[in-house]
Amino acid sequence: MSTAAAPNYELIQQDGLETNLLEVSMGPHHPSTHGVFRMDVKLDGETVVDLRPVFGYLHRNHEKLAENMSYLSSMPFTDRLDYFNSMTNNWAYALAAEKLIEVEVPERAEYLRVIMAELTRLVNHVTLIGFFINDLGALGTPLLYAFREREKILDLFEQASGARMMCNYFRFGGLRNDVPEGWLKRAGEVVDRFPYFLDEYEQLLCENEIILSRTQGVGNLPRELAISAGVTGPMLRASGVAYDLRKVDQYGIYDRFKFRVPYTEGDTGDCYDRFMIRVLEMRESIGILKQALAGISEGEIMGNAPRVFKPKPAESYGRIEGPKGELGFYLIADGTPKPYRYRVRPPSLINLTVLRDMCLGGKIADAVIILGSIDIVLGEVDR
Amino acid sequence: MSILGGGIFKGMAVTLRNFLGSYTNKKERLPTIDYSWRADGALPQGIGDYPKEKGEQLSDTTTVTEYSRNFPMLLHDGGEPMDTVRCVACQICERECPPQCIYIEKDYDENGKYIKRPAVFDIDVSVCMSCQICVEVCPFDAIVMNSQFELSTPDRFGGLLMRRDDLLKSNDYYHKIHPEEAAARDAKIAAEKAAKEAKKKAAAEKARAAAEKKATEAAKEDAK
Amino acid sequence: MNEISHEPVLQQFPDAEWDEAAGAVIVPLGQARTMAEWLLGHGLDYCSNVTGVDYLEREVKEKITNDAGEVETVTRTEPARIDVVYHLYSMQNKTGPLVLKQRTSRDNAEAESLTPVWRSCDLQEREVFDLFGVNFKGHPDQRRILMWDEFEGHPMRKDYTEPFDYEWEPTPHNEILEKHQKGKVIV
Repeated sequence: MSTAAAPNYELIQQDGLETNLLEVSMGPHHPSTHGVFRMDVKLDGETVVDLRPVFGYLHRNHEKLAENMSYLSSMPFTDRLDYFNSMTNNWAYALAAEKLIEVEVPERAEYLRVIMAELTRLVNHVTLIGFFINDLGALGTPLLYAFREREKILDLFEQASGARMMCNYFRFGGLRNDVPEGWLKRAGEVVDRFPYFLDEYEQLLCENEIILSRTQGVGNLPRELAISAGVTGPMLRASGVAYDLRKVDQYGIYDRFKFRVPYTEGDTGDCYDRFMIRVLEMRESIGILKQALAGISEGEIMGNAPRVFKPKPAESYGRIEGPKGELGFYLIADGTPKPYRYRVRPPSLINLTVLRDMCLGGKIADAVIILGSIDIVLGEVDR
Repeated sequence: MSILGGGIFKGMAVTLRNFLGSYTNKKERLPTIDYSWRADGALPQGIGDYPKEKGEQLSDTTTVTEYSRNFPMLLHDGGEPMDTVRCVACQICERECPPQCIYIEKDYDENGKYIKRPAVFDIDVSVCMSCQICVEVCPFDAIVMNSQFELSTPDRFGGLLMRRDDLLKSNDYYHKIHPEEAAARDAKIAAEKAAKEAKKKAAAEKARAAAEKKATEAAKEDAK
Repeated sequence: MNEISHEPVLQQFPDAEWDEAAGAVIVPLGQARTMAEWLLGHGLDYCSNVTGVDYLEREVKEKITNDAGEVETVTRTEPARIDVVYHLYSMQNKTGPLVLKQRTSRDNAEAESLTPVWRSCDLQEREVFDLFGVNFKGHPDQRRILMWDEFEGHPMRKDYTEPFDYEWEPTPHNEILEKHQKGKVIV
């Protein structure tokens, strides 16, 4: 690390006392960095003067791995990108590959995909809010309330796909298996009771003085910067841009559902906006889930697609609105069973572009909250 | 918020409501460990008192859910395992396995002739990521997922390497742990077999008709 | 989602080519920055994805109708190259994508950085530099991002061979062990 090798700190004269800038290496093993992420922070007292994110501790070259195996074989590896949201990761990859082989997805499968994706969004947002409050200093209780709700949805995932987190459930042209009997009823129960939890959580947290004073006006992200830096997902909408791929691209069957896209009015978003956008998005997800559970019908769940295939030479870019932002897969086929180029556009990594801009001038304790409000998962940042 | 510290009372009230509600209010709260979705509504055998009462049979008969998966097993149709094993050592799963944890060697008789079964079939459980790709690519329905979960062992290398004989499980056992899936798979195999037999029968019929025709023609020739 | 027509781009920049098979605009050498600024001014405010693609030298067989009207198979060698691919969208008009490709040679890979135009290229171009070894002219902070600073080579290049496995572990099979020692295990 360059900390020891660079002793040329500027000296600051302050009331006759000589003080130095302090360089702190936060992470990689720091509980607030959500994994193995490091920030080299330069501090003047408690104020952040400079910040440099350092990546790569969890790098395993996922893209190279996928280029050396067939299309189907890299599906389970996509689960491990953003390990909270394996279902949406699967969907993005399936979407890109389905463009290459041009296969129709049956209607029941499309409905189940929407249900799984929205449940995943609930899981992600509820966990994020729990961890965010944890970063603020409320250790334990709010996080565990959040985890209690997440647990019920993970039970649903386990019953449908066999695994709680690494679901590996989507296939090119449909889904791996149908949901077991009674699953939809059970899912309906979970969805019906979720708003009770949200009401309670909002009552507990959204007007809490500590949360208001710690998050409002902290980590401001102006709209122009957010657009230019390619920030996507709830973070972009918190900065006042109503851009949601479920509305813009209408992939899958999202054109059949009625839902609103929450965004803030104004030119800038702070940590509180990003927190509230996620709460509001969960309410919209519940609405979509109710419509989907009411609209689903019996039928096939797998289109006419082979397990192992050789697509014609072509390029495709499939992107979906993941819970963290735009998750894209860029595939180049060259006529062999393996993709010639396989690229993941990770929302977590690109949202981190603006970390430095948001943290400068703030306090070191705020850097932790700002990082928490960006919502990163290191499996996806480092790939 | 007007009162200073009002948030504390609010928070305490929510905590208290959650505490009391966990005893009384069942409508708003689903318990996290809830098996009411199961047909019999009962906990799976052994799960309730798991660490205390850890029976011999636990890992062999307990399934958590129908699709629960942990690592693969090889199916045989009963009797002497190696006589009825479905695997023909075609090595498709070895090729497709994403973490490359399967190792197969073909079996040969003393004349060097390939007999359709594996001589070596190893799965390194420490590498296996339970993704079920091997099950999906297998054309012979020979490999399926087990739901056994007690795999702890003091030996890091040998203990986590499942040899062929550890992996062999009967179809009855499969029916016990994944009843719906096993029934569907059996139905599929039966349908394939029936189709194959019908085809065979049709071919035989055709051959016989051809032979008869030939014979009658020959008889005609003779009559001339 | 409405597609963006590539025709205006080709009209404005006559040197640019349109690659029909890939659906991408091939940016002429040295004009990437001007083109990016022009596109930004015409509504493409969001650069979603930046990545590299490595092509080794390869032989392509093509069927061509010759002067006499006969179809014959011609083999030509396609030179090695690296493409830097940009996927552009418009957030204000909700349209896209428009795909840009900067082509560069493999030996002396160099491209123009578009980070001054779209900030989102920042980390992604660093990644392309790290994994493909493309030097971005005008990038404000070009360092390795995923690999460590002392790392040699660019692992996403197609001809990259890994050094002897640094995280070697004994495995139960002799054959895998041997493959490991030859550095040939598929990872």
